[in-house]
Amino acid sequence: MTAVAGPAAATAEANALPRTQTKRKGSSRRRNAGVRTGVQAVVIVLWCLLPFYWMVVTSFRDVGYTFDTTPWFTHFTWDNYATAFSTNLGNHLGQALLNSLIIGVCVTVVSLVFGIFASYALARLDFRFKGIVLGIILAASMFPGVALITPLFQLFTSIGWMGTYQALIIPQISFALPLTVYTLSSFFREMPWDLEEAARIDGCTQAQAFRKIILPLAAPAVFTTAILAFISSWNEFLISSQLSSDATQPVTVAIASFTGSQPHQEPYTAVMAAGTIVTVPLIILVLIFQRRIVAGLTAGGVKG
Amino acid sequence: MSASNVVAPSSTNQSGKPPVRAGIKKNRRQQSRWALYLIIPTLILLAVVIGYPVVTAIVMSFQKDAGLDPATGLFVQGGFAGFQNYAHWLFQQCMGTDGTTIACPPGNLGSTFWNAVFVTFFFTVTTVILETVLGLWFALIMNRAFRGRGFVRAAILVPWAIPTAVTAKLWFFIFSVAGIANAILGAHILWTSDEWASRFAVIIADTWKTTPFMALLILAGLQLIPEDVYEAAKMDGASTLQRFWRVTMPLLKPALMVAILFRVLDALRIYDLPAILTGGGGGTGHATTTLSILVIDQIRQGFNSAAALSTITFIIIFLVAFIFVRILGTNVVRTQEAQQKGAKE
Repeated sequence: MTAVAGPAAATAEANALPRTQTKRKGSSRRRNAGVRTGVQAVVIVLWCLLPFYWMVVTSFRDVGYTFDTTPWFTHFTWDNYATAFSTNLGNHLGQALLNSLIIGVCVTVVSLVFGIFASYALARLDFRFKGIVLGIILAASMFPGVALITPLFQLFTSIGWMGTYQALIIPQISFALPLTVYTLSSFFREMPWDLEEAARIDGCTQAQAFRKIILPLAAPAVFTTAILAFISSWNEFLISSQLSSDATQPVTVAIASFTGSQPHQEPYTAVMAAGTIVTVPLIILVLIFQRRIVAGLTAGGVKG
Repeated sequence: MSASNVVAPSSTNQSGKPPVRAGIKKNRRQQSRWALYLIIPTLILLAVVIGYPVVTAIVMSFQKDAGLDPATGLFVQGGFAGFQNYAHWLFQQCMGTDGTTIACPPGNLGSTFWNAVFVTFFFTVTTVILETVLGLWFALIMNRAFRGRGFVRAAILVPWAIPTAVTAKLWFFIFSVAGIANAILGAHILWTSDEWASRFAVIIADTWKTTPFMALLILAGLQLIPEDVYEAAKMDGASTLQRFWRVTMPLLKPALMVAILFRVLDALRIYDLPAILTGGGGGTGHATTTLSILVIDQIRQGFNSAAALSTITFIIIFLVAFIFVRILGTNVVRTQEAQQKGAKE
């Protein structure tokens, strides 16, 4: 694995190098401290990226060389991606991606529509029972999904909803809505609401103040919260694995039950390709909105 | 430094003075009425998606599962069961052929309950300890000023962004018999089927996936500690180690406790990783069966018994949260409330 460490270590070394150079006039102790920090940072980066890197490498590797341990791209092929999307073996990755998108968008929209009002009240208004409401929402976000599944399983079976989209969307609101309220209210608390009053004094109507001042300020917070809610829905597995059918199953379920051409033989390379397809859009999204997502995550304090 | 600050790092700018109310000055009663209108829809929706299933599960857990009557051999609808479903799980009591309660035979799901409790708590304790220690280390490094810090912070988000189901499949490949883990170790460990190896496979994968989240929460707490506290400690001649134990840790404690509480409650409901990585069993067939997995296994064998088990799971998680808050004083709600009022604790 040292060869894998090579390029990544080199970048981090390059990162650490200028610092040691600028510190040349400083004491050698400080220079050593800088090097130590750099080395530890490299270890952290490798720890986080290597398994993901291995997934990507394997996804581009010829299926005959599945267990090749060469740490860089060898036996390069796009075949695994074709296999991943192929429906010949009973897999429905394309449909599953669409399902995850449909479910994720519905869950996010419903959570936002309800959550925005509640978040505004929690952040801006002073009222009795605020602590109780916050407690309920916090408790709801920590709620085990498994406690919902049994009655839902029975209910949806008896009313013929098993395998429908609504049977997958409704339970997900149980964790997406608390997450939304929690994250959004802590964003709202930090907004400069004084500006609204200032706009009113400057002659804006209430509606204008809302449209021209509040909305543009709140938009990034709402957008970040939407991303977090969407990701939490996209990653959901427990409830979907029990209540979905082949036609409505989301990607997480599709990947977990991915079948290959041979029985009892895991199609590793195709699964790695499917995993890469599911993950890369998320990683791009996360990297673009990195700062806001970290702010939202730590504000919500709830795993997205 | 209140624990609430972890949860909303930059809220401190508001503390001190009460926030200026916009628009017409509303009195408290008017605000309360507005708040009610705004919050009621959310509470109603939560009551529908959470409250209704939970109450239904509790009602179900006191009903007998439909099945063959052992005495007559006829198919009978359930009826009131009392605490029988709970006794089934807690004391491994099953219905005998003559209609009396007997000890469950081996192989019955009821007999694996305490094993599932052990596995769940074992996973929770080990992963939370590992993730806290590693997360603290990550956060301390990321809190230093160095070139490439932005890159480290981006890299750390990658494991967090990967869906758990994909994480499980990825580690399933890494831990396959001919996989890279065994190749590096030069061993032939049966990571997904040996009893203890499969448990450690789940722990390693979970630690990889969740440490970044822990690190971010801890980092948010670290960033609230003012620099001059360290300067003062340095002036007084405190060593690096002393500064860590006497300055960083006490000031970080509230943030750390909230982070650990969230992680513990999350770890207690672990399902995805063991269900996919080790097929829900691993080794003996129950080596990695957590409480959540056991509920899912039971659903198709009897709703009411599954409802009792999910209620037990829910109560266990509730109790752990309660004990945590009582003993460690992590009053999340109160600090949240204080923060919402913009007041300093």
